[in-house]
Amino acid sequence: MGLKLYGLPMSTNTTRVMACLHEKGVDFELVPVDLFGGENRQPSFLAKNPLGRIPVLEDGDLTLFESRAITAYVAEKFKETGTDLLRLQNPKEAALVKVWLEVESHHFDPAITPIMFEHFVAPILGKTPDQAAIDASLEKLGKVFDVYESKLSCTKYLAGDFFSLADLHHHACTHYFMKTPWASFVNDRPNVKAWWEGISSRPAFMKVAEGMTFVEKK
Amino acid sequence: MATPVKVYGPAMSTAVSRVLACLLEKNVDFQLVPVHLAKGEHKKPDFRKIQPFGQVPAFEDEGISLFESRAICRYICEKYTDKGNKGLYGTNPVARASIDQWLEAEGQSFNPPSSVLVFQLAFAPRMKVKQDQVVIKQNEEKLSKVLGIYEKRLGETRFLAGDEFSLADLSHLPNTQYLVTTSGRGEMFTSKKNVGRWWNEISSRQSWKKVVDMQNKGA
Repeated sequence: MGLKLYGLPMSTNTTRVMACLHEKGVDFELVPVDLFGGENRQPSFLAKNPLGRIPVLEDGDLTLFESRAITAYVAEKFKETGTDLLRLQNPKEAALVKVWLEVESHHFDPAITPIMFEHFVAPILGKTPDQAAIDASLEKLGKVFDVYESKLSCTKYLAGDFFSLADLHHHACTHYFMKTPWASFVNDRPNVKAWWEGISSRPAFMKVAEGMTFVEKK
Repeated sequence: MATPVKVYGPAMSTAVSRVLACLLEKNVDFQLVPVHLAKGEHKKPDFRKIQPFGQVPAFEDEGISLFESRAICRYICEKYTDKGNKGLYGTNPVARASIDQWLEAEGQSFNPPSSVLVFQLAFAPRMKVKQDQVVIKQNEEKLSKVLGIYEKRLGETRFLAGDEFSLADLSHLPNTQYLVTTSGRGEMFTSKKNVGRWWNEISSRQSWKKVVDMQNKGA
């Protein structure tokens, strides 16, 4: 019995996990979850994830939620195959990957997700985008990208001169962000831009990008 | 001989106290290096060399310089596997995955609303910053929903990730301490049978009592 991933191909948290699985060359079955129909609020789904969110991974008897816990599990379980995402052979590198994983989680993601919600999701829900919320988030995101610009002048990727899970975790949200009117936040920062062009052209990410059609092109 | 493990920042910082709790659980000696937040020491260029976001904690161990409290905790558990509480981050990959899952839940669902409340209720008054009642109410509602989920979970298992205390539970100590003791929000936790039981158990651990002691002494 193989891995089952419950989620949707356009969900950033689901694509975070799928990109990781592709980097590892690991097969899995994507089981769609009907969010609009409220499937994630049904007892059968809450039994898998009491927080009622996608994705959820099933690996035999193990059920896991939280995309970043899932990628950490996959990257460790399949550490001998595919891309070395955790750098476990080198304690210093492994520690730095942990740092930049948390940076994505606590600095980058909270700054970028409100922008995507207001710009892409709010209109679908019939709401007017909250420009003040967007502006506040852009200010925070600018400061995060300034730190990245400086870091990426010293190292090719975030944790060092090696691609890692920390870089991977940035794919999905940045992919959507580059379709907003504020792509200049990346394009005007030469090191961030080069880093983004490098990671977004990786075959694993190109595979998940195909399914990221949530964004209706106007 | 000076210990190689250094933590930069005051014990009263929630993120610093998360790291201290982990070091104490693992019986790892450390030196706490003061950082004067009121004087803006953490925002200065020298400090930003070790923490580019200008926040505490920063951490050093044998030439490795780290930041982000949860990354530091994971590093401590992995480097000092055989010291102190050996099961703190699990003793096998499946146990670790369950702990990571609840550590992420803490970081993504519990931390945002509880941090806002800690700032608004515990720190804003001290800093003479005006409290925002709308923000307080919104975040009380969010936190309440999360605690509702925890109540069900903690009726199934003794601790969040299973029947042993883990890094996932530890990560909740700093914010909850402030909410229960100095912010008058104890009822959010103690009025729920399982959450109340869990809070009593995790906050009674010797390691956490030592951290609170350090906070009270102004370390």
